[in-house]
Amino acid sequence: MSKKTSRELVMGGMIVEPGSAMAFETGDWRSYRPELDREKCIDCLTCWIYCPDDSILTKEGKMEGFRYTHCKGCGICARNCPKDAIRMEPEGE
Amino acid sequence: MKIGINGDSAIALAWKQIDPDVCAAYPITPQTIIVERFSDFVADGEVETEFVTTESEHSAMTVCIGSASAGARTVTATASAGMALMWEMLGIASGMRVPITMAVANRTLSAPLNIHCDHSDVMSARDSGWILLFAENVQEAYDNAIMSMRIAEHPEVRLPVMHNLDGFILTHAIERMTTLDTHDVKDFVGEYTCEHSLLDIKNPVTHGVMDLQDYFFEHKYQLVEAMDASKPVIDQVFTDFAALSGRKYEMIECYRCDDADYVTVVMGSTAGTMKEAVDQLREEGHKVGCIKMRVYRPFPWEKIAAAVQGKKRVAVMDRHIGLGSTGPMFPEVCSTVIDQDSPPDVVNFVYGLGGRDVPVSDLKEVYMSMIEERCDKLNFLGVRI
Repeated sequence: MSKKTSRELVMGGMIVEPGSAMAFETGDWRSYRPELDREKCIDCLTCWIYCPDDSILTKEGKMEGFRYTHCKGCGICARNCPKDAIRMEPEGE
Repeated sequence: MKIGINGDSAIALAWKQIDPDVCAAYPITPQTIIVERFSDFVADGEVETEFVTTESEHSAMTVCIGSASAGARTVTATASAGMALMWEMLGIASGMRVPITMAVANRTLSAPLNIHCDHSDVMSARDSGWILLFAENVQEAYDNAIMSMRIAEHPEVRLPVMHNLDGFILTHAIERMTTLDTHDVKDFVGEYTCEHSLLDIKNPVTHGVMDLQDYFFEHKYQLVEAMDASKPVIDQVFTDFAALSGRKYEMIECYRCDDADYVTVVMGSTAGTMKEAVDQLREEGHKVGCIKMRVYRPFPWEKIAAAVQGKKRVAVMDRHIGLGSTGPMFPEVCSTVIDQDSPPDVVNFVYGLGGRDVPVSDLKEVYMSMIEERCDKLNFLGVRI
């Protein structure tokens, strides 16, 4: 994607499109990747509550996995999971 | 109407006539009278302004940035250490493109502790993205306060403006001044409509975001272009103001320069004293003149270059010393002449620090030392060494 020029940008770095943070993918910051052990997961959604981003995918109250385009790999979900159902795996291995 | 008034009260009067939406300020000598007088107008119900008393100048500027981002016409005033304390927020105001106007009652920076005039406060902020105007007298301090608003709020500019007046010399001295009618002032500044206001909830907008390696430079370049764009806007505002007031201003004012061989470049109240020195030396048969800078940012390169071209010698008068270097205006004036054929010899005089009196006799000596080739490249006017 070609980046906007000075004259194409809104002045002062103002963001005039609401919700545009979704377009800013932060997943490549990650060095550790959360992996779900579906056998252990009880769908308590503690991970969803603690995730500081919006990276826990859910459907009808069930844990569905991770939004890897935005997950920065902070590991808070794994630390707080009461059933040790989330493992942090090194990226690139 | 002609009235006798000091410079600070003249600023407060201009604000009263404008009736801005918000004023957030903290008092500091010699700016105090501005906020004291204006808070009287607020308390007496003569304006509808929301007056926010803050616990520091850093907070004052922070409130101003928030209020201006929300779309409110916002004013403040400071001086010296107060400006130093709000320094962090100055670049945030310009970077966020909020058209705040701020009166600065120029006072030196400590130490030693001193409350009197020099330009070390504003000069420390000269590269912060604010447009800088300077006043020679109380009339100009009043006029600049009114014109600043039109310049700052112009959609192609959207930059904050500092309108400077020399501490005590202008802030506290009572001079005769001609006021404008309040409805004329209101018509002149007009209604402020803010593009991308935070309070426009139908069009939500985020201000003050993080901006890293891939876009920061582009946003900084927008400020470069906004400064350039402000030059024709400033000229237009000066022209419109002349139609209203009969007082025609220019970014630089050349006084008896046409046939002069020796000229000075000077800002602020000293310009008035310098004109007297020029008049006396002209009586004595010397071909001298002076250039008054009204607008220091954006720096009027082309106008200065044209004004000094063909002169024998030019003295740049700095009421500040860039310690370890020269006065701040000196290298900038030098750079306007470097590509001229046979450029004038440009020298620097640092003067008037900490409110040191600058009599006509001292300024005549500036010219005589230029004429008699007694001056150095960097000179300190009147200091005991």
